[in-house]
Amino acid sequence: MSQFVSFVLPGIPYGCAYALMAAGLVLTYQASGVFNLAFGAQAFVSAVLFTIAVRAGWPGWIAFLVSVVLAAPLIGVLLEQVLFRFTRTAPPLVKLVPALGLLIAIPSLVQLVIGTSARVPSSLLLSPSEVYFHLAGSPVSGEELSTTVVAVVVIILLALLLQSSGLGLRMRAVVESPRMAELAGIRSERVSAFAWGISSLFAGLAGVLLAPIYPQVNAANFTALLVAAVAAAAIGGFASMPLTLLGGVVLGIVQEVIAGYLPSGSVLSSGLRPAFPFVVLAVVLVSRRSLRGAQPSLGDPLAGCDPPPPSLRPPARMAEVAIGSRVFAGVLAALLLVTAAVLVPGNWEFTLTQGLVLSVIFLSITVLTGLGGQISLCQATFAGAGAFAVGQLAAHFGTPVLLGLLVGGGLAAGIGALVALPTLRLGGLSVGLLTLSFALVADNVLFLYSWSGGGGSGLSVPRPTVAGISFASSSAFFWLVVVLLALVSLAVRLLGAGTTGQELAAIRGSEIGAASIGVNVNRLRVVAFTLSAAVAGVGGGLYASLQQSVSPTDFNYQFSLVYVVVVASIGIYTVAGAIEAGLAYTVLLQLIGNLPSRYSSLLGLVFGLVALSYVRHPEGVVEYARIWALDRAEQLARLLKRHEQAAGS
Amino acid sequence: MALLEASDLSKSFGGILALAEVTLRVESAEAVGLVGPNGAGKTTLFDCIAGWTRADTGRIVFDGRAIDRLAPYRRSRLGIGRTFQRLELFTGMTPLEHLLVAERVRAGTGRLWKDLLGLGRPTAAERDLAAETLALVGLEDVADAPVSTLSLGRARLVELARALVGSPMLLMLDEPSSGLDDQERRALVATMRRVRAERGTAVLLVEHDLDLVSAVVDRLVVLETGRVIADGGVAGVLAAAGVRRAYLGPAR
Ligand SMILES: Nc1ncnc2c1ncn2[C@@H]1O[C@H](COP(=O)(O)OP(=O)(O)OP(=O)(O)O)[C@@H](O)[C@H]1O
Ligand SMILES: [Mg+2]
Repeated sequence: MSQFVSFVLPGIPYGCAYALMAAGLVLTYQASGVFNLAFGAQAFVSAVLFTIAVRAGWPGWIAFLVSVVLAAPLIGVLLEQVLFRFTRTAPPLVKLVPALGLLIAIPSLVQLVIGTSARVPSSLLLSPSEVYFHLAGSPVSGEELSTTVVAVVVIILLALLLQSSGLGLRMRAVVESPRMAELAGIRSERVSAFAWGISSLFAGLAGVLLAPIYPQVNAANFTALLVAAVAAAAIGGFASMPLTLLGGVVLGIVQEVIAGYLPSGSVLSSGLRPAFPFVVLAVVLVSRRSLRGAQPSLGDPLAGCDPPPPSLRPPARMAEVAIGSRVFAGVLAALLLVTAAVLVPGNWEFTLTQGLVLSVIFLSITVLTGLGGQISLCQATFAGAGAFAVGQLAAHFGTPVLLGLLVGGGLAAGIGALVALPTLRLGGLSVGLLTLSFALVADNVLFLYSWSGGGGSGLSVPRPTVAGISFASSSAFFWLVVVLLALVSLAVRLLGAGTTGQELAAIRGSEIGAASIGVNVNRLRVVAFTLSAAVAGVGGGLYASLQQSVSPTDFNYQFSLVYVVVVASIGIYTVAGAIEAGLAYTVLLQLIGNLPSRYSSLLGLVFGLVALSYVRHPEGVVEYARIWALDRAEQLARLLKRHEQAAGS
Repeated sequence: MALLEASDLSKSFGGILALAEVTLRVESAEAVGLVGPNGAGKTTLFDCIAGWTRADTGRIVFDGRAIDRLAPYRRSRLGIGRTFQRLELFTGMTPLEHLLVAERVRAGTGRLWKDLLGLGRPTAAERDLAAETLALVGLEDVADAPVSTLSLGRARLVELARALVGSPMLLMLDEPSSGLDDQERRALVATMRRVRAERGTAVLLVEHDLDLVSAVVDRLVVLETGRVIADGGVAGVLAAAGVRRAYLGPAR
């Protein structure tokens, strides 16, 4: 018994913080339809501010006022006003991408401003490590005590607020139909801003409360906090506040109890504790009926009043301009290739090759999200599966790399199909979260075995040899990658133009409409996941062969998030967009690598901020620029034509 | 034997009884109007027949086959085409593309390997067929405009054309005239008559505009709070006292 209590007690502060953050997630989701993953980053900001203030000698309560009561809601309201106000009626992807961008950009910004030095965290009410009393023989520290007390008080305050003001009901109305709510006299703008303020306060509070538990205040810890909170919110069906709070607390406790009773030493036991919330998230998402997709004729009855979403297809062009732009693109690509092969110094050659390999992985996002309209946050995991297959096959059976790529692609495809099956009945947001939880389970358990990720030291991977010709040299490998990328690009283009692509486009437009003409939506979703995972697997295998080694950290879940953000901001709907994204990412990485190390987070900042433009330009910034340029070219062509006609007559 | 035979369909949502033992028959090539006040259960009945909602009790036989347990896409392939009260168009695609993809799916000739070999693009024959359907509903002039740029009336016609692809045996239209102006309504009536004349399709039409319904259908079924309160020839049903009450309220 006393042993059990000694496992339960340390879980309570975690549980309280999970519950707080989850309550924030549910509040914003209810009030604005946005599932704000950036709360992880906002919690981090408050924790950092608090720590800095305390270390600067400010009294604890002033530091608390500034970092939590003042800064946190300010950030939340700001985000709502400049960004998420415009996404209320947008599809799930448009709501998710900016939140992901913030999740990446905010910690990068903090790191850039404050540097990377380890910070000593400090506790809120009581001295953190001092033991105040014993419960069933277990010591209760000031940290545990203050976290629990503060969380419970705040949650009771929230409950009173929601109860007394009818705010909860108004929020529901605003999400169901902002305009109907307005007609009923609810100021939807205000309700939404208010909810963002409160929930950001919660996120900040969770951050400050948990900060002392972690050995140092870094962003990764707060992302873990975020995912646990997501699981708690899912337990509450993204709607029920009591269930969400209960879910958070139970999750925190069970996590510690499991860790306490599991035998230590094996991968499973060391991985299960961090992976536990994700397992719960996956199980809840799949089993909760209320999270399933929508039915026809439901939803906002005034949805017809919305302006139609911007068309994502490039407008049709005059023949001259269309041909001219193709010739221009062809010449440019050829020039770039020749320059890359002839002029570029060694380290840049590696960078460019890396960019093209990454483009292959990015094309998997073009297939799944661009063509299929599905959200996946585990593309890096699919790539990892391909990479490890290539490495293991080469190590154990001496399998040639190209054959390994095929097997790796096939393996990833199989995993993709398996991941797709439980997502079939889920809506966009839930699919994204489910794939994220799969990525995290892979990171913490599946990839840690020596038969998969190669154990601690990873795997060494050879460069390919085809029919006696070795592609070991960096320039030979470069050309091999160019050829493979061209093949995959062609396949993706053909797919998009063919029946499958058109059916996917139909589903993207309306799943209900697609089913009404006989499209088997479930089958196509699985097909999209399978093909996408296959492409990612091939790309991952190439990546391993390029680096000549691979380890689980190369395909960490964070890469999945970064991939989606990068591709979405450059151009998610075209093959060219994926290639531009791959090159832009690695070139920028290389440029920033040449700067002093404190600027290393610039990359995340740049792409994270660019991703915010996704709200206005879902076609991506480069695609937007291309359309703009072609518009000008067309104007010019018209002008010339008129001149010609005038001169001729 | 009737083309569609739905018997004793009941459906409740929580406490609301949306359908109460509704029985509905549609003969081949027959046009039936389904009318009733808001919330009568018309759309729910549509959803049960087309497969989006499973009725709590009852049987649905289409073309001699029990279809109760089939998914919507299977029912569509059997020959049930429908439109939606709230538009369900493929945003970002043109009317022509709507029809091309619908043709492929209905014909079932699309294959992944064909796509990857570059054989997946629409053929000339398919384009001709699509153009023919567009002409039937009068959308030739906007064949290549993204549907998001069309007026509501024309967007409803795109849904109608999409439902017509592959010549379904039964066409179910849910308030096709809502949001249309008078001229568009007249055009819609003309289109529906033309469709019936040229293709002999059976039609099940939900409409609030009684003049429009009367101009198109042979028979009228009236639903009120989930029950069929009248079923028969148009003139007779419209004259019945119960129907007038359902629509106009009790006589004062
Ligand atoms: N998915 C659902 N969940 C709960 N109630 C529903 C659902 N669908 C329909 N209802 C209810 O069932 C009843 C019948 O609705 P239905 O949409 O079939 O009516 P309708 O005759 O099509 O009305 P309208 O003319 O307004 O389109 C209504 O009371 C409606 O509120
Ligand atoms: Mg209806």
